[in-house]
Amino acid sequence: MTQAVSLEYVLIVAAALFCIGLFGALARRNLISMLMGIELMLNAVNINLVAFWRYLEPSYVTGQVFVLFIIAVAAAEAAVGLAMVIAVYRSRTTLQADEVDSLKG
Amino acid sequence: MIQPPQIDFSVIGALTVLCVWGIALLLIDAFFIAEGQKRVTGYLALAGLAVAALVGLPSWGQSSNTFSGMVQLDGFSQTLIWIFLLAAAITIVISLDYLPRHDIEKGEYYPLVLFATAGMVLLAQSTNLIVMFLAIELVSIPLYILAGFAYPRVTSEEAAMKYLLLGAFASGFFVYGLALIYGQTGTVQLFSVDGSDSIASYLDRATLVAENNVFLFAGSALILVTLGFKVALVPFHNWTPDVYEGSPTPIAAFMSVGTKGAAFAALLRFLVQALPNLQAIWMPILAILAALTMIVGNIGALKQLNVKRMLAYSSVGHAGYITLAVITGTTLGTNAFLFYILAYTLTNLGAFAVLIALEKQGESAWSLEDLSGLWQRQPLLAVAMAIFMLSLAGVPPTMGFVGKFYIFSAAWEGGLVWLAAIGVITSAISAFFYLRIIARMFMYEPTRAEEASLSRALKVGLAVAAVAVLLLGLIPTPIIELVNNSLLVAAR
Repeated sequence: MTQAVSLEYVLIVAAALFCIGLFGALARRNLISMLMGIELMLNAVNINLVAFWRYLEPSYVTGQVFVLFIIAVAAAEAAVGLAMVIAVYRSRTTLQADEVDSLKG
Repeated sequence: MIQPPQIDFSVIGALTVLCVWGIALLLIDAFFIAEGQKRVTGYLALAGLAVAALVGLPSWGQSSNTFSGMVQLDGFSQTLIWIFLLAAAITIVISLDYLPRHDIEKGEYYPLVLFATAGMVLLAQSTNLIVMFLAIELVSIPLYILAGFAYPRVTSEEAAMKYLLLGAFASGFFVYGLALIYGQTGTVQLFSVDGSDSIASYLDRATLVAENNVFLFAGSALILVTLGFKVALVPFHNWTPDVYEGSPTPIAAFMSVGTKGAAFAALLRFLVQALPNLQAIWMPILAILAALTMIVGNIGALKQLNVKRMLAYSSVGHAGYITLAVITGTTLGTNAFLFYILAYTLTNLGAFAVLIALEKQGESAWSLEDLSGLWQRQPLLAVAMAIFMLSLAGVPPTMGFVGKFYIFSAAWEGGLVWLAAIGVITSAISAFFYLRIIARMFMYEPTRAEEASLSRALKVGLAVAAVAVLLLGLIPTPIIELVNNSLLVAAR
């Protein structure tokens, strides 16, 4: 089986995407951007899993099934996360993480 | 053609009961239980927990698995299941009057507690990383909501938001680790009894050269980060005080015992069942983290004047002690782990229940001042709090003492003498802030005139916890026998 691109390149793309997501989750101060960063991290993992499945074990569907699980969980997390963003915005009219700071010590 | 797997429902009995009853209860609550009578939902949830505890009895002592070995029932997971069900039951009992007093009584609270408990049960049983991931999320997502349950209060909302962002962030690491391990070994099964592919059998075959196993090492490290975050190991502990302080008090109590116990069970399975061949590598790393956790947690608690935050830091310190039991990797360590989880569950739930009794509507009563002279206002409450504080400090004759003794002897026999020494020293430091509370209650004059509000349900919860902590500290034999029979199924 010949491959157009080798596994390493796909993994590098996934790792880069994961790092972009990581940067977004850590460095952005807007709550929605932080959630988007986390979604990017999860999607990078999906690329990883599909790549491993395609290049290493195409006869088993394991890798693909994992991706379905992760998509479902990411959706559930996004639903709860966005609901909370709305609640935060209603009570403080801001989405800047720095201004959500009543707990300290 | 893919065959659907044979499902053995006796293995996932408690899980099935909790999930089905949780969903049914959501509907029953929505259609049949009127506003203002939501306490009935709580009683129904308690009934569900009791049934879930009973279905485990017939299969006690056996070891079986289902879903192609992805979910395992052994003595270890069964004992943990009972501990989590007990924790959930006490949480519900102490919530019954807390919710109406703070005007946050909504029926979905109780089903959410059931779902989180189901996640803890699954986490204790999972022998496969993808099941572990699903279980972690099943624990976390209901708890994100429950942490924000008092949501017009800004602190609760903020606690939920912080917990969600950091929790989801940590899950990202877990799945990345999972993907890397899958790429290296072609499986995410921790171990298998029938000799099929698993991480443990891969490690048996592989020559352990780091260059050949980069993905496996990196993946394992990422998974350890996530589990470390969930159990609040230093340096992943920063979320704990904020989240515990902002969450409704019963939920903070539930998180501090349930999530911690379940994530530690997963950590133990991952280390002992999947990576026993790498113990020489992970043991020193986790030993250093355990030492840091004990030191930072207990020293952080020293300067807290807010009792709820103090308990949060103390829970970080206790995570250090539990890590000590986990990393020995011996049977004695596993037994000590189970005993300590039970002791810690009863003690910490009790300590938070005392704070609930002191809380008034819409205001917090968590400062040391609020505890001053409690002996003169509410003698029984003060005695109960004193028992819990002594147990957390590890003073005989309480369960906390037996648990710590058990853990330190396991560490000693496992060759971690220096770590056991740090454990003893930090315990001595921790005695300072636990005894400070006792001194406040018994030797100071009351600064507040108000009475604590002790409802009947809260009294029951407190009495159960206090009597159990004292009695099982004096006569620990039945529990020691139970944990000695709670065998972790052997890899290979």
